[in-house]
Amino acid sequence: MPKRTVPAKVPVRTATRGPTPRKKEDDQVVYIDTNSAPRVMFSGEDLLVEDLPVGTRVIYPKPPLEGLANPGAAVRYALNHPLGTDPLYAQLYPGMRVTIAVDDISLPLPPMVTPDIRQTIVEILLELLDANGVDDVHIIVANSLHRRMTGPEMKRMLGRKIFDAYYPDRYYNHDAEDPDGMVHLGKTNHNEVVNINRRAVESDLLIYVNINLVPMDGGHKSVTVGLCDYESLRAHHEPHTIRQSDSYMDPAKSMLNKKVERMGAIVQSNMKIFHIETALNNRMFGPQMSFLTKNEDDFTETDRLKLEATRWALSKMPSGAKRTLFHNIPAQYELVACHAGETQAVHSKIIEKNFEQYMVNVRGQSDIVICGVPFISPYNVNSILNPLLVQVMGLGYFHNFYRGKPLLKKGGVLILTHPCYDKFDHKHHPSYIEFFNRLLPETRDADVLRAKYEEEFARNPSYIEMYRRGNAYHGAHPFFMWYWGENGRQHVGKVIVAGAENAHVPAMLGWDRADSLTEAIAMARSHVGPNPDISMLHHPPIVMVDVE
Amino acid sequence: MAAAAFYDLDGTLVRTNLVHVFAHTARNQQGLWRSLTRTIAAAVSVPMFMAADTYSRRMFNDVFFRYYKGESEDRLRYLSEELFENVLKDAIFPGAYELVDKSKRLGLRQVLVTGAIDFTVMPLIRHLGFDHHVCNHLEFVDGRATGRLRPPVMAAATKASWMRTYAEKEGLNLSDCFAYSDSMSDLPMLSVVGHPAAVNPDFRLRNTAMQHDWPILDLR
Repeated sequence: MPKRTVPAKVPVRTATRGPTPRKKEDDQVVYIDTNSAPRVMFSGEDLLVEDLPVGTRVIYPKPPLEGLANPGAAVRYALNHPLGTDPLYAQLYPGMRVTIAVDDISLPLPPMVTPDIRQTIVEILLELLDANGVDDVHIIVANSLHRRMTGPEMKRMLGRKIFDAYYPDRYYNHDAEDPDGMVHLGKTNHNEVVNINRRAVESDLLIYVNINLVPMDGGHKSVTVGLCDYESLRAHHEPHTIRQSDSYMDPAKSMLNKKVERMGAIVQSNMKIFHIETALNNRMFGPQMSFLTKNEDDFTETDRLKLEATRWALSKMPSGAKRTLFHNIPAQYELVACHAGETQAVHSKIIEKNFEQYMVNVRGQSDIVICGVPFISPYNVNSILNPLLVQVMGLGYFHNFYRGKPLLKKGGVLILTHPCYDKFDHKHHPSYIEFFNRLLPETRDADVLRAKYEEEFARNPSYIEMYRRGNAYHGAHPFFMWYWGENGRQHVGKVIVAGAENAHVPAMLGWDRADSLTEAIAMARSHVGPNPDISMLHHPPIVMVDVE
Repeated sequence: MAAAAFYDLDGTLVRTNLVHVFAHTARNQQGLWRSLTRTIAAAVSVPMFMAADTYSRRMFNDVFFRYYKGESEDRLRYLSEELFENVLKDAIFPGAYELVDKSKRLGLRQVLVTGAIDFTVMPLIRHLGFDHHVCNHLEFVDGRATGRLRPPVMAAATKASWMRTYAEKEGLNLSDCFAYSDSMSDLPMLSVVGHPAAVNPDFRLRNTAMQHDWPILDLR
């Protein structure tokens, strides 16, 4: 006899008639009409001013949350009133071995105005450790398989005083390829290997200092990823995990986050960790450039003058000089929250603050989404946004900046504005060059790339040496960047790059190109139909959407 | 198919070059006067060696190895162990050990392809654990160096040619092989493998490596 199945619950309509009340769209959502001003968007190191079709929905970032008046006091309060654990001072004793791990240069973006919040925190920590007789202290940059930070970058991050006292013997980069530098902590029940930095594991206390720029950061990811090696990282930096993350900016629905938490549980059972997390507001630009975050309809004469002056100056500069200029404008971020204590408890609080800053409520998905790709990503600070990184910005980050449903309908068109120059940084991204020129012409299939080539690149002695002694990203890193765009690739029907200066880079990435945004929109219409819903994400700074 | 890692030596894995080795030999002659004159001769010849090397590696070899004329074979061999302990061992770049070690772990055959003279490199080959090597050999007549090298002289294109022959004989796929050098004169050697890398490169090689998108390593 067939088993009787229980029918699924059918939602019962209540007595109220008419459609379900809809969530109001936030004030950050603006619709283009016939009187609207053209919109400003990044295209690498240039600023485009583009007229958008009437009816286009432009989604702006929320205004910056108010920064805390006294960040030092907020940090001290967090250390003395931690969540789920004893205050830090109560965990210290003379003669103990302490390691402080800090996020690397990929956070925040762009690097913030000095003093960096990490400097504020580490200075307080060192005072506290000294007062409690703790003198065996190392500071490790948790760069995972990212490039090593240079001396000047490290000095800028924690300040001259700490740099002079600790660098290079007690303030250094994590080295995932040091044969004696890693400890195997175990495997999860899903066979995920957990290897962590030896100094951190063998310390009596690990203090992690985090900056949570996006909801994907922080929590167990800080230690489990920041201080791990290739073997551990490849457990979750792989195509299937990314495909199952909907999105990876939404921890509750992210397989990536689930795996990291699983591995984090093993870390936590083997190490004593005191976690400090911070949330910053999105005050990316100072007064000179703050017009970039404004609704163009509200531009004053001064804003328009600034915009034209900036565009004129950029048009006269070579691309290298423009890049240097932009990389040297620090962000004006301010601390909006700091919590300390047990990893998960702290992280939940900070994530709430991230969502409060970034999340904009919007109604419905779009057939076409337009994103201006700026000059920077987490992987090219002081360097070039090469084609693989343009890919990671479009299909990775921008596509994943949602909670609930993607902003773009399944099979829709993503339009990016970027020159897509065929330029790579030889010092920072040597393995990217081989990946792009040798592997992508053969296949763009992430599974094939992983199975056939990932280990070859990861074990390449030249790339390992450049990671360990130079400032290069690990040999396997371009693969992770490709996987990072995997759920975007599976979802998006077509990617069109408007303003690409060549045809071969978009072609290698599997994309179409157009000379201008207008042409790109016309091409997109031929793909999705004549009357599409169009949205533009007005980055930067970061904006994420909660799609009803 | 098997693969190998081919290394140049001077300037790539060790800080020294042929001139350092010669200077050591010159300093350690039998008799103070002879040591002094040889050392002075070596010192004043350095600019000439540099000029010759800039022009061509072949010319450098012709000029440089003439200075060994008259040296006794047994004396040179005797000095080689001392040379390794006193000069070469400390001159090995820290990163060289790791590079060779990582290469070995990949299962690559370790092959030294150098223009240095055989007796100077043998202790170093044992120390770093190379599987095979090819180097230059001084010509001796009645136990005395003639100041010439025995052909084929390992330099520039000869290195690449030797590697091709070696790969064919050993069944290696050159596309899977690695090569490391610091000098523009080794461009042919770097060009025949699938994974070339410039190590501590001179200006010309750095530019070439950038143009070809080859990795640039600093083992110092």
